[in-house]
Amino acid sequence: MIASPTLTLQAPQLMTTPPLLTMTGVSRRYGDVVALQDLSATVYPGEVLGIVGESGSGKSTLLRMMNLEDTPDAGDYRLALPDLPGNLFDLDRFARRMLCATRIGIVYQNPHLGLLMKHTSSGNVAERLLIAGERSFAALRGRAREALDASEFPLDRMDARPIELSGGMQQRVQLAKAIALEPALLLLDEPTTGLDVSVQALVLDTLKRLQRDRAITMVIVSHDLGVIRTMADRVMVMRRGRVVEQGLADQIFQDPQHAYTQQLVHAKL
Amino acid sequence: MTIATLTRPWEAMSYGFLDASAKRELRRKMLKAIAVPGCQMPYASREVPMARGWGTGGLQVTLTLLKPSSVVKVIDQGADDSVNAASIRSFLSKVSGARETWDTTEATLIQSRHRIPEERLRADQVLILQVPNPEPLRPVEPNMSVARQMHADADYGRLWLILYEQIVRSGRVMQGAAYPSLVNGRHVMTPSPIPRWDVPKLHMAQHLTFLSAGREKRLYAVPPFTRVEPLVFSDVPYQVEDHAALTCHRSGMTGYFMNEIPQEDGSSAFELSDSHLGIKAIRQAEGAAVKIGPTWYENGKMPQ
Amino acid sequence: MHPVLEVRNLAKQFQMHHLGQRLHAFDGISFTLQAGEFLLLRGPNGVGKSTLLRTLYRSYLPRAGQIWYHTEEGRIDLATAADVDIALLRRREIGFVTQFLIARPRVAAEDIVAEPLRRAGIAAPEALEEARRWLAEFGVKRDLWRAYPTTFSGGEQQKVNLARALILPQRLLLLDEPTASLDAGARAALIRRLADLKAAGVAMIGVFHHPGDVAGLIDREIELTAREVAEDVAV
Repeated sequence: MIASPTLTLQAPQLMTTPPLLTMTGVSRRYGDVVALQDLSATVYPGEVLGIVGESGSGKSTLLRMMNLEDTPDAGDYRLALPDLPGNLFDLDRFARRMLCATRIGIVYQNPHLGLLMKHTSSGNVAERLLIAGERSFAALRGRAREALDASEFPLDRMDARPIELSGGMQQRVQLAKAIALEPALLLLDEPTTGLDVSVQALVLDTLKRLQRDRAITMVIVSHDLGVIRTMADRVMVMRRGRVVEQGLADQIFQDPQHAYTQQLVHAKL
Repeated sequence: MTIATLTRPWEAMSYGFLDASAKRELRRKMLKAIAVPGCQMPYASREVPMARGWGTGGLQVTLTLLKPSSVVKVIDQGADDSVNAASIRSFLSKVSGARETWDTTEATLIQSRHRIPEERLRADQVLILQVPNPEPLRPVEPNMSVARQMHADADYGRLWLILYEQIVRSGRVMQGAAYPSLVNGRHVMTPSPIPRWDVPKLHMAQHLTFLSAGREKRLYAVPPFTRVEPLVFSDVPYQVEDHAALTCHRSGMTGYFMNEIPQEDGSSAFELSDSHLGIKAIRQAEGAAVKIGPTWYENGKMPQ
Repeated sequence: MHPVLEVRNLAKQFQMHHLGQRLHAFDGISFTLQAGEFLLLRGPNGVGKSTLLRTLYRSYLPRAGQIWYHTEEGRIDLATAADVDIALLRRREIGFVTQFLIARPRVAAEDIVAEPLRRAGIAAPEALEEARRWLAEFGVKRDLWRAYPTTFSGGEQQKVNLARALILPQRLLLLDEPTASLDAGARAALIRRLADLKAAGVAMIGVFHHPGDVAGLIDREIELTAREVAEDVAV
């Protein structure tokens, strides 16, 4: 005999979730090249937004904008966080740096962009905490260990330099560094591109696990639809600096509407 | 009217060796350096009759400050009698008429490489430290433009990263000399390669300190009564070299920074690094009327 | 009392850009579903039963019509609701049960089953205990509970999947041939669970290979009929 449900039905609510990230009307040109054109994006708390598109579609540029590494020609960027009113593109260098260090984590495809290669792995993680003002050695050590552990990095190698580590391990150090301060937003720029397929699966698995355990809001950029399909709740398809289609991941993959998306999905399948 | 009436008579050399415009450049940058404690000021470093790296930065500051009534002391690793110190000292006296001394308490200008004298400096004295590498961020940021931005942002986290990795690797902070220190709560400076022992002497000191790098063309200052705090972890206290219990085998003095002299039997003897303090102690013991000034460290401890 | 679901003139077509065609799936579907009601979708293979389920779940975008989902605070049209609201409803109120397991490498079976409870805010020990109870109920052997289902046989994966999908009562349950490839014991457990859920007020819409399995639960049926599939579109 199956016991009656332990949970009773909760009163359903009509949802209106405010987004965590709102970008509107973002345009960016590099000389004659239009990287982003009047682009808008929203990311909701706790979800994973996947951005797909071919090389040059502007997806990485968009991610860099979200990390405030570049300022667009026009556009508005807001994060629904305390003490952050107004357009983040208007922040000065100092405010940007503090915001990026403490509230936004990023993992780059190229670990040289995200890591100090000659310092220890744990030191790389500790650096983030130092920027945020942590000055206790024991706390730095402990929190670096914790973040590396959460990234499923082997702790017996926590004081090895990234340059001595494999690509997959380097990505884990980047990830540990990115999550060390429990950011509101985690940006992933082709985090598994260039890794062996088996390593790629393990890194994606770690990301999924983190997402499940900590409900981190993530934006993941990849040209690999398999990665996006594994990770994303919602998908945004970009082409030539514009969004051609967005929707729930299963809808984008099972019932793509735009000709370009159909082409992408069919090419994959 | 002739040209001769409008110009000064020909002299073989400007007073104090440097020409007036060089001194003006130095003065302006020294004033700026005092105004923003610990902040590196770039300056037009001149040629002096000495190779870069032998104290040309300190020399230019000293030459700018010299006057006939000055009393100059020059030390090299604590010693007044090293060739370099003696040469610089006699050069200074030759170009200015200033009196030479070995006695810290007598000097008005003290140019030094790698040490701060053990006797307390007073408000009427100026300490000039020769600096080989003025940039504390160089080990963590090779790009000097970025390093300058980091100074502007007070973005000093990576300096603790160096200390962190020293503790991780060796179990303790290994930074021996040039210990990065926060000046006036704002700029981190490298206090030149003085030992950790000497850094606390700069904190809230009565005297003015200039630090000048001739090759790197940068100078900075610690004005009197300015906070100088070595970078530390909240749970790993700053430690000076454990010389407090060592005794100088020549003067019998205890509680000061020592040089280690390896002996033939493999053991070590120690002698005062501040050589003239040792000389005074020996003379005093022999009955001469020598006065040793108050020292920073008392019984091997720096009073808080 | 409002119904749970009110479907009005729902239509679905697939646009095939590379063929320059639209594939017709169904149109004019209307029905109302009350809490605790069980609706069976019938019709020959390929007539669009699964397509209708997926359209209701919004894996497919409807071409026309409304899918009014009623809550105590008002109603929301699933056909046009924002993606984020759909995602939230799926997490809390609308379940979809298929025969296919969503692959999750390196997650133990009991953790997969416990996940909906964890997400609903139940502490790990209780959630795990509940998950194990359901795994046992569906006949998954005890020594598999800590193993990774990615390596399980199809039948065992299916059981894990069902336990996960049914562990937390949701207001609306879409069932896409959940009994396929199940052994008799698990099938019986599933039907018992569905009956319990129905009694607890869960509304269900199902597609079954052998509707006889759930004959006792069915309140109403909709028969889908085939139509011409393709229509030319100017591209």
